[in-house]
Amino acid sequence: MRRYLADAAVLAHKDLRLELRARDTLPAMLLFVLSILAVFHFALPSGSSRLAELGLLWVAIVFTALLGLGRAFVAEREQGLLDGLVLAPCDRSAIWLAKGITMFAFLALAEVVALPAFGLFFSPVSWSTIAGVALADMGICAVGTLFAAMAAAGRARELLLPLLLLPPALPIVIGGVGASVAHGSGRYLGFLALYDAIFALLAWASFEYVVTE
Amino acid sequence: MIRAEALEKRYGLKRVLRGLDFELERGGFLVVTGPNGSGKTTLLRLCAGLALPTAGTLEVEPERGGIGFLGHEPLVYRELTALENLDLYGRLYRVPERRERIGMLLERFGLWEARRERASALSRGMLQRLALCRALLHRPELLLLDEPFAGLDAEGAALLDRELAGMRDRRTLLVATHDPERVAPLASGRLALA
Repeated sequence: MRRYLADAAVLAHKDLRLELRARDTLPAMLLFVLSILAVFHFALPSGSSRLAELGLLWVAIVFTALLGLGRAFVAEREQGLLDGLVLAPCDRSAIWLAKGITMFAFLALAEVVALPAFGLFFSPVSWSTIAGVALADMGICAVGTLFAAMAAAGRARELLLPLLLLPPALPIVIGGVGASVAHGSGRYLGFLALYDAIFALLAWASFEYVVTE
Repeated sequence: MIRAEALEKRYGLKRVLRGLDFELERGGFLVVTGPNGSGKTTLLRLCAGLALPTAGTLEVEPERGGIGFLGHEPLVYRELTALENLDLYGRLYRVPERRERIGMLLERFGLWEARRERASALSRGMLQRLALCRALLHRPELLLLDEPFAGLDAEGAALLDRELAGMRDRRTLLVATHDPERVAPLASGRLALA
């Protein structure tokens, strides 16, 4: 277990270092989430319900995640580097875990900017919304990293990733919006935690088959 | 050790390898030759476990941790330096005395001065040298080299000649090349793909 976590840490450190050098994913995610919130601010009629506002927040989060996940395997795909990682004597799911951790970090950083911006454009978010966003991020990154690896191997990858990710992301949006607006947000947070656990397990177990022929 | 029996590989309807039989004993040096599209790269990828046979059997020893693979791509991150790339692989392969081993390989392949250069700034020949360092880093028992002389200048090619000579009988080598005469004195056998 220690070896597995050490491998994942080495790979995640590499991904973070690559982003620090290239700076092409996180700035794009930040700019995108701020832009889309600004667009929603002007698109939504004044006097719209809190429910509609929060719905748009979740749309912005899912699409920002999609933008980041679309670039998750760019270096590996363009330079054939997945072969190098797959050949290493580490558990291949460590690649998934490392990418998932990196994507979670990027998404969380984008939301550190996006949630206060949402407060400025619309109204401040509650603690239950923040908890819902954190849990949703885990689910999106767990499932999204698996699908990003699958899409990276395909030709129409830009089309494939949203088609693969959006249907399984639907329960995350339902749970997230529920946690944001319902009185008993605990139920929805529990639902999101359960989703995370089940889908993370499925993605972890199937990643090996995605990166081998 | 590699043993292939009736090995076949198809990509869709295209048959790349057909009924291939060969055996490479531990410590052997097999040169794989053939025209473009004859399946040399596919054979090496099958042996590395990067592709699966469509039919037939393929036994390879050791498992992936003991295999060094040099393909068409250098398999290094362009945004990382030569040192960082080797350190990444050294950690994943758990190379003992990693720093010393990396330093020794960089010196031997003439990359020490360029160790802090990003791979994107290296020339084609230097990238090939870095790729060779990566493939040799974990002291693999089995080396699979696909066109290892590609991009190397005369000095680099001579360096690789010496490396291959030094590995003879100590490591198992499968080398795919368009220039079989270059490695012919070292080779224990030749496999010609049609």
